[in-house]
Amino acid sequence: MLEFLLRFFGRDSTSSSKNIARERLRLVLVHDRINVSPQLLESLKEDLIRVISHYMEIDESSLEVSLNSVDDNSVALVANIPVLKMKRITRESTMYQEG
Amino acid sequence: MGEVVVITSGKGGVWKTTATANIGTALAMMGKKVALVDTDIGLRKLDLVLGLENRIVFHLVDVTSGNCRLKQALIRDKRLDGLYFLPAAQTRDKTAVVPKQMEELCFELKQEFDYVLIDCPAGIEQGFKNAIAGADQALVVTNPEISAVRDADRIIGLLESSEIKTCRLIVNRIRPQMVKRGNMLDVDDILDNLRIDLIGIVPEDESILISTNKGEPAVYNSSSKAGEAFRNIARRLTGEEVPFLKLEASESWGWIKRLFGLRHAR
Repeated sequence: MLEFLLRFFGRDSTSSSKNIARERLRLVLVHDRINVSPQLLESLKEDLIRVISHYMEIDESSLEVSLNSVDDNSVALVANIPVLKMKRITRESTMYQEG
Repeated sequence: MGEVVVITSGKGGVWKTTATANIGTALAMMGKKVALVDTDIGLRKLDLVLGLENRIVFHLVDVTSGNCRLKQALIRDKRLDGLYFLPAAQTRDKTAVVPKQMEELCFELKQEFDYVLIDCPAGIEQGFKNAIAGADQALVVTNPEISAVRDADRIIGLLESSEIKTCRLIVNRIRPQMVKRGNMLDVDDILDNLRIDLIGIVPEDESILISTNKGEPAVYNSSSKAGEAFRNIARRLTGEEVPFLKLEASESWGWIKRLFGLRHAR
């Protein structure tokens, strides 16, 4: 009910289109400035999933990889990778067994 | 020697030409000698905003190609003595002029005028390169829309790699009611993303459309908020310190006024 009232009076900041615009703008500018295409980020994400999956089970659907501007001239690669569980037999130990 | 200022944006429809006409007129009202140059070859508009469309004899390409002298092509404004206008050619395209010619033209103009304002076409191609060629400083125009801000960022990047070192931002067409409701980016959101100084904030105002209909820049209208904002930009351009307009959302009273028919177009 409160949420409805807030929205009715236009005070609900979380759903305001301005915040959506601000976030979209921030992302698009980071990408524009360093000249990285969304496709490149997508293939980086796929590679990350492949490598990490050797060691742990991860929740691929809620994995997030993005670029953020830290200050004026530097960019950080931020990955949020939810881990479901660790794999008992890591790739390394499998290799020992085989060897 | 005068100062050549290019007004540019990347995106079209952000009121670049309106800004050029109004800032130029405001400077002339302050007693400066001003030349306005329309470089949007093929799509000229500045003549209409200034109300000088019936006086055009020669144009920019006539000057650069040597068909006439610069003095012959410059049109004197009908209201202000110090205001002159050089129209773009309408039947040619952007390649009819090259940056070197614009540099020479700007150099010649600034011997004579205090301010030379260059109205740049939308885009980042030849027209843009021509427009910035002879400029000493730039005013980047944007709107509180992500598409316009993104284009402005690109333009700022291109200007940084040019010889233009002073580059300031105009945020045009702000609607305070929408900002208040959280449905429009505010000036701070834009400044956080674009690393550039602010020179003016102009509210979206019906008076701009009305003044364009008449061919009479809004700076003549003392009750126009946008006109006031443009007059302030002109003063800041001359180095004066002018506080930014406080744009209030007069929404709560607006609808009552509308109800009683008190909101006439000025």
